[in-house]
Amino acid sequence: MSFSWARPYEPKHPVMKWLDERLPLPRLAYGAVGGGYPVPRNLNYFWNFGVLAGIFLTIQIVTGIVLAMHYFATTDGAFNSVNGLIMRDVNAGWLLRYAHMNGASFFFIVTYIHIFRGLYYGSYKAPRELVWMLGLVIYLLMMATAFMGYVLPWGQMSYWGAQVITGFFSAFPLIGEPLRVWLLGGYAPDEAALTRFFSLHYLLPFVIAGVVILHIWALHIPGSGNPTGVDVKDERDTLPFHPFYTAKDGWFAATVLLVYALVTYFAPDYLGHPDNYIPANPLATPAHIVPEWYFWPFYAILRSFTIDFILPAKLWGVLAMFGSILLLFFLPWLDKSPVRSGSYRPVFKRFFWLLVIDVLILGYVGGAPLNWWRTALGQFASAYFFVHFLVILPLVSAFETPDPLPSSITDSVLHGEEAEAAPAGQTRPRRGATATAG
Amino acid sequence: MRFILGFIGSVFAAILLFSMISNLATYAKNPPAPLAAEEFHREPKVLHLKSDGPFGKFDKAQLQRGFQVYSEVCSACHSLKLVSFRDLKGLGYNDAEIKKIASDWKTQVPSINPDTGEPAGRKALPSDNFPAPFANEVAARAANNNALPPDLSLMTKAREGGPAYVYSLLTGYRNADTYRDEQGKPLPADAKPPQGLHFNPYFANLNVAMPPPLTTNGQVAFADGTNPTVDQMARDVAAFLVWTAEPNLENRHAAGLAVAIFLLVASMLGYLAYRQIWHDAKRAVRITGALDPKNQAKAKRAKARQGVAG
Repeated sequence: MSFSWARPYEPKHPVMKWLDERLPLPRLAYGAVGGGYPVPRNLNYFWNFGVLAGIFLTIQIVTGIVLAMHYFATTDGAFNSVNGLIMRDVNAGWLLRYAHMNGASFFFIVTYIHIFRGLYYGSYKAPRELVWMLGLVIYLLMMATAFMGYVLPWGQMSYWGAQVITGFFSAFPLIGEPLRVWLLGGYAPDEAALTRFFSLHYLLPFVIAGVVILHIWALHIPGSGNPTGVDVKDERDTLPFHPFYTAKDGWFAATVLLVYALVTYFAPDYLGHPDNYIPANPLATPAHIVPEWYFWPFYAILRSFTIDFILPAKLWGVLAMFGSILLLFFLPWLDKSPVRSGSYRPVFKRFFWLLVIDVLILGYVGGAPLNWWRTALGQFASAYFFVHFLVILPLVSAFETPDPLPSSITDSVLHGEEAEAAPAGQTRPRRGATATAG
Repeated sequence: MRFILGFIGSVFAAILLFSMISNLATYAKNPPAPLAAEEFHREPKVLHLKSDGPFGKFDKAQLQRGFQVYSEVCSACHSLKLVSFRDLKGLGYNDAEIKKIASDWKTQVPSINPDTGEPAGRKALPSDNFPAPFANEVAARAANNNALPPDLSLMTKAREGGPAYVYSLLTGYRNADTYRDEQGKPLPADAKPPQGLHFNPYFANLNVAMPPPLTTNGQVAFADGTNPTVDQMARDVAAFLVWTAEPNLENRHAAGLAVAIFLLVASMLGYLAYRQIWHDAKRAVRITGALDPKNQAKAKRAKARQGVAG
């Protein structure tokens, strides 16, 4: 493990000792999420969202496995098995279904906070590039899984969402249309598509779980980052994961689960779309086809390309939409600033919040029906998205003068969150205040 | 590589900004005329039901009245495929009553003649779902001027506005020729309903194929003696359709309250445990830390005693 002072596993109970000598599984868990993993002592609550994402993945797998026992993957049976059998006749089926439906949304909420935490605190920088990239792989798998899961109830939005998203492939010249037909197993989404979506929807969460293990493994080599971005120097800078961070994660998880429960029990359809309670009808196109909320920013980018410039607009949209995610893989090399944490990067910080606003605007535009000003707003926000990552970030990292860093994690802790930017032995001067000699 | 990526990003941004400018220019040159369907479409009226809100419970008397409206009016054209007769227990009917409702139901359940194997019908049983009024879509369209009456099982979840929409639609039919909106504006000629459609400002495109189903007060004689005004019948059937779409609503609310209380207590206890566990760790840093505010204050006082400006 990463630090020399990490506590070694010492089984006390003879059974554990016996087990440890034969299969050191308890040793692995102890070193990964137990007392044997030293974690920086100054983590703030944004560091809780990785564990939360793991909790929601577990909820999704457990509820999903039980739902699959009652689900019929046929075009005739899918809608009625979800809205009839599961929602009405299966014991607590309504709870399983609503928990799964809203669990997907909450999985995305905590994952988005987790990703933006990484963007702000430079979690993608050396030596954690692979942690970041594996995280992006998880995110891509999540998007594929969520999309296919949304198709399974075979409502109007399921069907037309599948129609639109698989239509992306037909944007590519020559191979596009045959590829789409081959992937769908037909000219339009039908039984062949539904059954393969079901099969993959069941498979991918376990692939996600596998990549999560790689993600955590890669994280444990350098150890967790922290809000100052300063490296751990000695034992005083860290605390063992258990009991300190298990306690912190524990109460915070209960609080987030409370919010999740309130939505699941009291507003279960709030995040969904009414049209998905209408059975799929290939002959009736809904007035506004929109994906689930977590795809809205990307949907806005897709729809923003309205001009055929050399290539058809649709192909530009598809390329840009995939590009908007793929560019994140290059982030460790786009942002060359040696300072990790945005807290010490005055210029970067401003652009970061601009990006947050930009993504929120894209989300709004992607979810709302199009009109002239939303189209224009979406085009501007999409343009900013690309400029931010591919132009502004490299320039900022080249020209910015970062604030002085604290000498160590322990020093920064003493100042609390507010003054954590202070270098050792002095508080950070307020802007405009003239420095007075001591 | 950064230059290549920067170039790609600039190309995307340039195309997007060019598209934006050309879109805005197009809009400035010829702004699109507002559609009558958008201009005259109205948001659903306000409808309060006992099942609303986090502690909502069904008003069983109202559900029974709503069921009566469904069985005497709506069921002539609309199916209720996902609901079975046995579910009516949730409305407060007992087994014998449900058995009678099922066997008296005007549409028979499709079956086969046990002797000849010919298609036949039989009386419904409590275990049956409500039989559809038409054998298939073609029959339904043939009987309804080529319109398909939608299944009502999930209607309040399948429309923006839910029960308020159902209530507004049922009470929202107006004469297209004399209709004036809130500003007193009459309907333009091209927005008036074509032959066979009916004007209703609460319907998305203003013209609905369904003729007004609730037309006169007293159309349904309520078993509980409630005055059957059109407004009352519309309210009751909207409440009934909340139940058909969400029969487990009361369970969900009760379970939700219990789960919320459990998680609230768990989170508070967890927080106290967290404070307890971290207490010593935070204190350990303070005692030894030269930068602890208390220690700094001490150092400052010491300096002041020696006459050195802080």
